[in-house]
Amino acid sequence: MFKNYRNLWLALGAFIILSPLGLLASGTAFGEWGVDQLEEEVGFIPAGLAKMADLWTHALLPDYGIAGFDASFIQSAAGYIISALIGVVLVAGIMSIFSKIVRD
Amino acid sequence: MHIPDGYLSPQTAVPFLALMVPVWGIATKKVKEKLKKRQVPVLSIGAAFCFTIMMFNLPIPGGSSAHAVGAVLLAILLGPWAACLGVSVALIIQALVFGDGGILAIGANCFNMGFVMPMVGYYVYKLVKGSANEQSGLALIAAAIAGYIGLNAAALITALEFGSQYSLFQAADGMPLYFMYPIKVAVGAMMSEHLVLAGPVEALVTALGLRFVGSTYPHLLSERASFKNYGNSSEVANHV
Repeated sequence: MFKNYRNLWLALGAFIILSPLGLLASGTAFGEWGVDQLEEEVGFIPAGLAKMADLWTHALLPDYGIAGFDASFIQSAAGYIISALIGVVLVAGIMSIFSKIVRD
Repeated sequence: MHIPDGYLSPQTAVPFLALMVPVWGIATKKVKEKLKKRQVPVLSIGAAFCFTIMMFNLPIPGGSSAHAVGAVLLAILLGPWAACLGVSVALIIQALVFGDGGILAIGANCFNMGFVMPMVGYYVYKLVKGSANEQSGLALIAAAIAGYIGLNAAALITALEFGSQYSLFQAADGMPLYFMYPIKVAVGAMMSEHLVLAGPVEALVTALGLRFVGSTYPHLLSERASFKNYGNSSEVANHV
């Protein structure tokens, strides 16, 4: 799995290390404001949205960071890189297991 | 483009989940039939690449942000159905582990970025490239155009899903219950961001990605062609 496509894995590794560049754009994407941002961005919190917004509270690394470890850019960047690494391992791992269905 | 929970009504989000179940079923069948064993690591790396590329937020003037997805590159390399599964897994992990995109919204998000985007991108690529070689300059231009149109198709569908909520779901006092802007505003905001900034970045990612894979592992590009044109000959080559 690793030796055949060494250059692709290396490229992926480079993206993981460079991922904190994505933190430089600090604005929230259109239509992705958190409940805490809605008052400021929109002026009110829609009733239906308020009920559903916190449907999932089990995210281990919310917003690709370690909760409480975001006092500086260095801390956020470390959390971001760790998140990218964990995400890559999970996604590539799940796809590899799933791909056992491929028989050629 | 990751719709959080609460922005779509349950009446919208749940049917999208229901729609994705047979789509994932078809994708699984197609991947089982068509993907080669030696392409499997590329699907794993490709899905992980999509996960990572979506973390590269691009600043939008006015305090917003957007990102590329990578779905069209995957579709060109492995076919649109394999891309559908790879991007879907990346999106589901993003929702569950990182809180990026809602849980109930997983169906809509996978439809937008995991189905519409690779399908549109794949067929635009085929159309523009025509019979040109997969490693030709025309193929790279086709990849760039396909990435650009694929991402913008996903952004447009997302904007329509958002905007439709405003007109369809209002409280008795006329206040929106879920997404809070009319369709015009949603389309205007989503499309200006993706047409001007995220789209060109997606075009670059798709073309440069294709070039990188083509120059380091040329057999990955010829694989699809030979598989299609010569039937079993590539299989024979595999076992020699």
